[in-house]
Amino acid sequence: MIQKPSNATEWEPERYELAAEPAYRFELARREFFRLVGGGIVVLLTLPETALSQESGRRQRGFGGAIPQEIGAWLHIGEDGSVTAYTGKVEFGQNVRTSLTQAVADELRLPLESVRLVMGDTERTPFDMGTFGSRTTPTMAPQLRKAAAAARELLIGLAAAQWKVGRDGLTVAEGKVTNPQTGQSLTFGQLTQGQKLLEAIGPETATTPAAQWKIAGQSVPKVDGRAFVTGAHKYTSDMKLPGMLYGKVLRPPAFHATLVSLGSDKAKALPGVVVVRDGDFVGVAAPDPHTAERAVAALRAEWQTTPQPSDKELFAYLKAHPAEAQGFEGGMQHVQGSVEEARAKADKTLEASYTVAYIAHAPLEPRAAVAQWEGDKLTVWTGTQRPFGVRGELAAAFRMPEERVRVVVPDTGAGYGGKHTGEAAIEAARLARAAGKPVKIVWTREEEFTWAYFRPAGLIEIRSGVQKGGALTAWEYHNYNSGAAAIRTMYDVPNQRIEFHPCQTPLRQGSYRALAATANHFARESHMDELAHAVGMDPLAFRLKNLRDDRLRAVFETAAQHFGWGQAKARAGHGFGIAGGFEKGGYVATCAEVAVERGQVQIVRVVTAFDCGAVVNPDHLRSQIQGANIMGIGGALFESIAFENGAILNPHFSRYRVPRFRDVPAIEVVLIDRKDQPSAGAGETPIVGLAPAVGNAIFNATGIRLRSLPMAPHGLKA
Amino acid sequence: MSKITELNVNGAKRPVEAEGERSLLSVLRDDLDLTGAKYGCGEGQCGACTVLLDGQPTHSCITPVSLAAGKQITTIEGLERNGQLHPVQEAFLEAGALQCGYCTPGMILTGVGLLAQNSDPSEQEIIRYMQGNICRCGIYPRIVAAIRRAAQQSKGVTR
Repeated sequence: MIQKPSNATEWEPERYELAAEPAYRFELARREFFRLVGGGIVVLLTLPETALSQESGRRQRGFGGAIPQEIGAWLHIGEDGSVTAYTGKVEFGQNVRTSLTQAVADELRLPLESVRLVMGDTERTPFDMGTFGSRTTPTMAPQLRKAAAAARELLIGLAAAQWKVGRDGLTVAEGKVTNPQTGQSLTFGQLTQGQKLLEAIGPETATTPAAQWKIAGQSVPKVDGRAFVTGAHKYTSDMKLPGMLYGKVLRPPAFHATLVSLGSDKAKALPGVVVVRDGDFVGVAAPDPHTAERAVAALRAEWQTTPQPSDKELFAYLKAHPAEAQGFEGGMQHVQGSVEEARAKADKTLEASYTVAYIAHAPLEPRAAVAQWEGDKLTVWTGTQRPFGVRGELAAAFRMPEERVRVVVPDTGAGYGGKHTGEAAIEAARLARAAGKPVKIVWTREEEFTWAYFRPAGLIEIRSGVQKGGALTAWEYHNYNSGAAAIRTMYDVPNQRIEFHPCQTPLRQGSYRALAATANHFARESHMDELAHAVGMDPLAFRLKNLRDDRLRAVFETAAQHFGWGQAKARAGHGFGIAGGFEKGGYVATCAEVAVERGQVQIVRVVTAFDCGAVVNPDHLRSQIQGANIMGIGGALFESIAFENGAILNPHFSRYRVPRFRDVPAIEVVLIDRKDQPSAGAGETPIVGLAPAVGNAIFNATGIRLRSLPMAPHGLKA
Repeated sequence: MSKITELNVNGAKRPVEAEGERSLLSVLRDDLDLTGAKYGCGEGQCGACTVLLDGQPTHSCITPVSLAAGKQITTIEGLERNGQLHPVQEAFLEAGALQCGYCTPGMILTGVGLLAQNSDPSEQEIIRYMQGNICRCGIYPRIVAAIRRAAQQSKGVTR
């Protein structure tokens, strides 16, 4: 019996190397809530244990199952009728500030602009493990919806009591409760005036089904778009506090270097400069950035470095250096039937290896933080996907209780899984403590390319067997280091052995948009193409023959139809490719057309069909799918981190090529809006189809099979 | 190098006190609190720091402030007129041409610079002109559409 690869409620906990275990409990009493927000009504959504442990990814982390009930989200309607929802999620370009606002406005039957969202502030928003894993839409949107729905019902109750009528028949629209019988109405503000009403609700609260959404499901624009096109929005790197100093860290010449000696007299002699040495950390704070740079340049440091592996030997190194686990992710094995027996009986067998390079997220806003100490209380503004995790890192770094640390996340200049950690926050806080003044740190591009972390490199080995008619019978799959996300095949194969082998990694590695799903789809979907050719079948027909999942079949068929798959052959020098898959509740299929001229690969046209359940914001969803495809071009064709002996050799945009205007193909996005299915996140999964579709198209154009990402860093080599 | 004591920014003379070798980007952001221009790479490779110098899109991160003295500097903060957005700003909003928004000021100013030279650029001309600006969120096609839209709208206005 073949199981579906996974489903929306089963997901793998995110992997990242700095695993904080926040013990914090949000236990504001009623009195404290109203001190914080003023009067009105407050609705708290409490989470049951199971949902909590799943959301937090702590299920195997030894908490003994004793996780108490906790608040998932909360919502306040003030005495002036203003609506504010509070969530620990953060905004960094995926436009969840907009989609979550839509959810709240929808339940409260309010115009979008009447709802404000407070996000990612450890002192004001409920605990949240972090904004990753495409969880905001499937978990946080329903939570905020429930809080808003409960608030709506409370308001109806208040109106009914005031009018001394039954609540049935009262309607809510445009910020008012109305009695259609009498024509009377009361605004939210009139109803909340003088109230201090707090209600805790559970997850069973009923919400509006997708088919009846009014504001959700619509293409509303980014809620605060104007602040971005005018430059008014303040990212962390734009902040300035009174008396603030500018910090800069002295970086060692290689990873794992230790500081032998430091001469800092010249730096200290510069006006207003503070130099901090604490273990191997050396940093300065200065009245302006220019002086900070001069101060770091004036430091004389001697470092001891150790020999380290280089990119030339990377894949052999990984295979030769197994590890027990990588962060949360231990080894994984799935076996059914017998691959050996099936291969012995198969008409055709194939074996192939695939590799993916380390790549950098390179968010355009590098890591930044502003830290301020007030007595023994620390506040840090920083662009991180894990405000509560970074609070834990700060508390640990300064050996202080988390209650005295506040982390605030201004809407951030992107992350893509690359901003889970709090390096800049810790550095700024360390310098601020020494200087006795607020300190801002903004990493340089070179620092971001070097001292952040990378998408894991990996080696994938596949052995397969297939019958003449195209039935896939054997599938053996080993992934070394890149990760277990989407490692299981979605195809119907009776004999399987699938293993993930964690490895010791030469470079610091962590999350990246869609995690290992990109590598695993690249290997799997390239190999499926090879198998189709081995049995002389059309690549789409071969896939459909081995695929039972209806939603996956639907995206393949839809993408193929819009692309015109099978209608005509590619013209000379051009090629067509198809690939698809499933991850994090989203089903994707991508068709690509490439042109290869004098060894240069240009992606000409891409069609992506995507099904992530009920669509929340069609325009923003299209934007995410388009963006994921474009970001995916970099990893597919040319992005790769070069390294040697603990140093990054290409830490600049001039030497690390990312997709630009000219690299962009015509992209058609086809949405399959399943209002009968829960909404899944969509920031990640659409990226996984691009690389294998392009690789398959290159094969179609040239007969050259490329099995390493990036596929054409310097064009194709014959 | 001599000190720069005054810059002409967004139509106003602004007193500054900056060593001439400092980057224009740093003086705008750190001294004048005009933070719309962003640091993205510090080597003129990504365009996040783009401002207009006498109407010409310029990478302010690699431009010494001494070279900007005496010129008309336009930053993203200076595009709005009496609460009215510039047509290119308007078009970016209408086309939904932003995700995280960090590249957006540089993209808009580069687009404004292009339209000043070529009021009706083709898609290919836009792509060629914008090649120096990076958007990691991959919003490029919508930026092209936004610039085309702004061009069309300006044509409508002048007709």
